[in-house]
Amino acid sequence: MSDKVKEVSDADFESIIASDTPCLVDFWAPWCGPCKAIGPVVEALADEYDGKATIVKMNVDDNPTTPGQFGIRAIPTLILFKSGEKVDQVTGAVGKAQLIELIEKAL
Amino acid sequence: MATTHHKLIILGGGPAGLTAGLYAARARMDHLLIEKGAEGGQVLLTDWVDNYPGFPEGISGFDLAEKMLAHAKRFELNSMFANVLSMNISQKPIQLELEDGNSLTCDSLIICTGAHPRPLDIPGEKELTGKGVSYCATCDAPFYRNQHVAVVGGGNTAVQEASHLTKFADKVTLIHRRDELRATKILQEKAFANSKIEFIWDSTVTAINGQDGVEELELLNKNGDTSTLQVDGIFVLVGVLPNNEMLPLTELKADTGGFIPTDIETRTAVDGVMAAGDIRSKEVRQIINAAGEGATAVLAAENYLTNLN
Repeated sequence: MSDKVKEVSDADFESIIASDTPCLVDFWAPWCGPCKAIGPVVEALADEYDGKATIVKMNVDDNPTTPGQFGIRAIPTLILFKSGEKVDQVTGAVGKAQLIELIEKAL
Repeated sequence: MATTHHKLIILGGGPAGLTAGLYAARARMDHLLIEKGAEGGQVLLTDWVDNYPGFPEGISGFDLAEKMLAHAKRFELNSMFANVLSMNISQKPIQLELEDGNSLTCDSLIICTGAHPRPLDIPGEKELTGKGVSYCATCDAPFYRNQHVAVVGGGNTAVQEASHLTKFADKVTLIHRRDELRATKILQEKAFANSKIEFIWDSTVTAINGQDGVEELELLNKNGDTSTLQVDGIFVLVGVLPNNEMLPLTELKADTGGFIPTDIETRTAVDGVMAAGDIRSKEVRQIINAAGEGATAVLAAENYLTNLN
């Protein structure tokens, strides 16, 4: 994972998803292979949706509160938010097309 | 949209693809390795690899994948991230169509697209995926601290990951459709000796129930008895399906499972097209033979390319 996708924490999570710009959060951990596999796809989307959607990631090892709050029991899980509300989510190293479909739900 | 040509394209960056990449790079062939996610393939799903020679202490799947990639890169592996949607292999050059609209052409192709975990295809499975249904124990085991989980399967992956899960879960119930395990003996010994693992034999899971997460499994015994089992999660580790959606299966004479048959030199039914690793039609799917086939495939490609000229 590169620096293109900003890392968020339990502390700043609420303020980031509160925006009316759609926000995709990639919940990941360093020990998770498929999280690594989906990394380049998430990075590419961050570029493509620059200005239209915010794409961030959260390390579930360092941030226990938020993943618990959303009942996350598998990673990678990607949840789409708009105006502080969850729109939809996907789990697993899905393809780019499926992630675009997810983001488009809030545009 | 642009089209770029290479003498050899390697499709997939698991152990077969990375070994092919290593051999192609060292042979200074004009090559390109295409991977859609991160290199490593299903090795990334494995918590610990204890049967790859040269690592007497064992190595994590993650680290092994990193080392294979670093090894190929040392010899200037040429690779890119892209998703191949379809291909035309009935004419030369072979043409691959990418998701971004661009095309690639090549004289020779090595297919190393691998496989992915097979689902059970039962009610509740799709709905509860990510909410207690998992296909990757390495990824999701830490979410089940002090809980009770089920593992379905009796092969190497199921038995090894059942043991791995006991590092986190209080109790692991392994459910297998037969009355004995298929896994290699040392994995069986470890599992039978582990007091946190219980076994339910001769049974299949017919449904997964739960509202916001997995709560209960419905089981069917071979003798017709039905029962339920309360669990917090279920790990489905019952073999693999081929990653073949971009492949022309008829021309490649795919087997009934969708895997690609080859000769001993990894040559498929189509001239200039090789297949290596888990996508090959075969009995044994191990990291070591995937790597071996990757090497064989590059030598077959070199032969093919030499005879073209």
